[in-house]
Amino acid sequence: MPAAPDGPRRETVTGVPRQARRPLGHTAARSEIDEQTTIGTTYVRSLMRSQLKAGLTALGVLILFVGTLPLLFMLPESVTGSEVSPTLWVWLSLGVGVYPVMLLIAHWYVRRAERNERDFTGLVEGR
Amino acid sequence: MNQTYAVTAVTVVVLATVLIGALGLRISRTTSDFYVASRTVQPGLNAAAISGEYLSAASFLGVAGLVLLQGPDMLWYPVGYTAGYLVLLILVAAPLRRSGAYTLSDFAEARLESHTVRRFASLFVVGIGWLYLLPQLQGAGLTLEILTGSPDWVGSLVVALVVTGAVAAGGMRSITFVQAFQYWLKLTALLVPALFLIVAWFGDNTPRATFDAPAVFREHTSVRIDDTVRIELDAPITLTVDGKVDGTSYEKQRVALGEGTHRVESGTRLGFQAGTSVPETKEHTGTGTSNWSRPLAGDRDEYRLYATYGLILATFLGTMGLPHVAVRFYTSPNGRAARRTTLVVLGLVGAFYLLPPVYGALGRIYAPELALTGDADAAVLVLPERLIGGVGGDLLGALLAGGAFAAFLSTASGLTLAVAGVLHQDVLPARGVGHFRIAAVMAVAAPFGVSLIATNVPVADAVGLAFAVSASSFCPLLVLGIWWRRLTPPGAVAGLVTGGGAALTAVLATRTGLPSAGWAHTLLAWPAVWSVPLGFLTMIVVSLLTPSRIPPGTAATLARLHLPEDLSERRRGDGPLRELRAADKRAVQYGERRVVPQGEQDGRRGKRRARTDAEQQEARPDAEQQEPGER
Repeated sequence: MPAAPDGPRRETVTGVPRQARRPLGHTAARSEIDEQTTIGTTYVRSLMRSQLKAGLTALGVLILFVGTLPLLFMLPESVTGSEVSPTLWVWLSLGVGVYPVMLLIAHWYVRRAERNERDFTGLVEGR
Repeated sequence: MNQTYAVTAVTVVVLATVLIGALGLRISRTTSDFYVASRTVQPGLNAAAISGEYLSAASFLGVAGLVLLQGPDMLWYPVGYTAGYLVLLILVAAPLRRSGAYTLSDFAEARLESHTVRRFASLFVVGIGWLYLLPQLQGAGLTLEILTGSPDWVGSLVVALVVTGAVAAGGMRSITFVQAFQYWLKLTALLVPALFLIVAWFGDNTPRATFDAPAVFREHTSVRIDDTVRIELDAPITLTVDGKVDGTSYEKQRVALGEGTHRVESGTRLGFQAGTSVPETKEHTGTGTSNWSRPLAGDRDEYRLYATYGLILATFLGTMGLPHVAVRFYTSPNGRAARRTTLVVLGLVGAFYLLPPVYGALGRIYAPELALTGDADAAVLVLPERLIGGVGGDLLGALLAGGAFAAFLSTASGLTLAVAGVLHQDVLPARGVGHFRIAAVMAVAAPFGVSLIATNVPVADAVGLAFAVSASSFCPLLVLGIWWRRLTPPGAVAGLVTGGGAALTAVLATRTGLPSAGWAHTLLAWPAVWSVPLGFLTMIVVSLLTPSRIPPGTAATLARLHLPEDLSERRRGDGPLRELRAADKRAVQYGERRVVPQGEQDGRRGKRRARTDAEQQEARPDAEQQEPGER
């Protein structure tokens, strides 16, 4: 932490740089969101829904590929009736295999979520 | 093991940590730097920092120890730690960043506009933080004990002191550099010796680790039992005893022990011949998910499946509620960067977790006696000496020791920072830097005290418990808070207390050893399966019962959480203003005035800051009225 100043520190007040103001004007859809009208809320809801859908899809894939593994590991024992659990299979899937799968799911999700946001921005700004 | 090398390595890591922290401190000028590194940390650096903070002693030492003890089922731990980040990315990463919350308590207050919820959230942040700090300190004690033979509180004390000092003095920007450095250090420290060990293993004609049967001593091994244990023998064995077994004293005599349970007093030295099976100790059965050395009986299978799912739920959902994880998201520039950062974190963490299982499997072959002495967590540290030996083994061992210390320091400092922040804001009468330092001391002192009393909790196990509590309390709060409009403050409090409280009670009950076996024990040892749904359900039902208490600003808050920044930042400066005001508030608490950064000198950052500042001035009048819930 910087040492406490002896007196009051000088406060720099910056002006409004011209280029910092985006030229994009207020479109109808944006002011709806700003003013939290029913339509505005609907816009936000639609974004939330599309994002939630992407999230739940990714979560579903995770459960399908990783969440079911403990059950799969149990299966051969009950099916084949042999006492030997397929240890090598456990090592390979848990030690190595699941990580690329998770990374792929994450990659897909990030692209999907960003596309949802781009689409939404396009919609709201009337482009 | 050569003490000089190891002590040197640990000292170097500690010094490097302090040095990098101090360097970061010099460029950390403003209050904004101090708290959030000016929100300019780019994904690459930030991801390394997050990974560095996240990969704790449980990952560095604990995973290998558990694999050694209990076999490949324990690989669910690293898988769960990684998947936790995936779930975090999917459900909360970007909205959490956009909420502008610094701690989980801030999030709770911002979303639900209620002081009461904030207080309860703070309670859980501190509780979870302490639960997680405890194994870090214990791990440090164990490491130093193995390396130098010092009493086990010394290592804890070293970590506690360094961390308290760093947190009291440092800030987010310097911590970011320190954590990033420590990620790469940890990866190197685990990767390089692993390569040498694998080569040595090949040179030894690749003996296989057996996980379905008891491990076997490869050569004549002498084991000193430090704590009294009860061992169980499946078949009679002959061994040399120097000490007390089953109440009879022996002096370096050969003793034949029959089948059954035997009590070995502390301080006894047992000599096993090559080819003898490693006896199983009573203490290690039942705490883990599987029991490697015994054929699994019918009902044990159900336990095992249940326990595995308990572990999966706790780690997958618990990561998002860890106090030090949430704080880190605030340093990303925006929600999009937060998402991309999390993606990189997944890659870094996943790469790291390829390594500990190697140590676990090799430990099972070359250091099986660790299961007997209860020091399985030390497997990583002793392997180079066993397999390679000589100066090379000592050097690699020293590298591992340094990496382990980096693990303790980084996770412990992140946790201490988060816990101290909450203690300072919500518990102590906030009056400046002095109180923050007191908070930092409190944050470390409590778990340090407990670590002196409660010994012999396996590192990864204790961390698993922290995850269970977090998954049952903060996961419902975050997920419902972000995605559900009808969440109310009473619902949130009820869910936190019921879900988190139930998990915490179960955890404490197992720690005190109340139900010693059977389903009751399994249910309490792995509470997440029932406590997470309990937390969600309570939160939903109570919220639905109190519809009149839905916070008035819910629609606005949710819009801020989900809209991309380029849209929402222009909404009358609402988001940034809130953050800036929060920073102002803290600045006042810390006896400092907020200084508008001299950002114009460096391009991109200057632009962003300037816009925010400009908007803040524009926005202040009407935004004040817009948010009645804001203090």
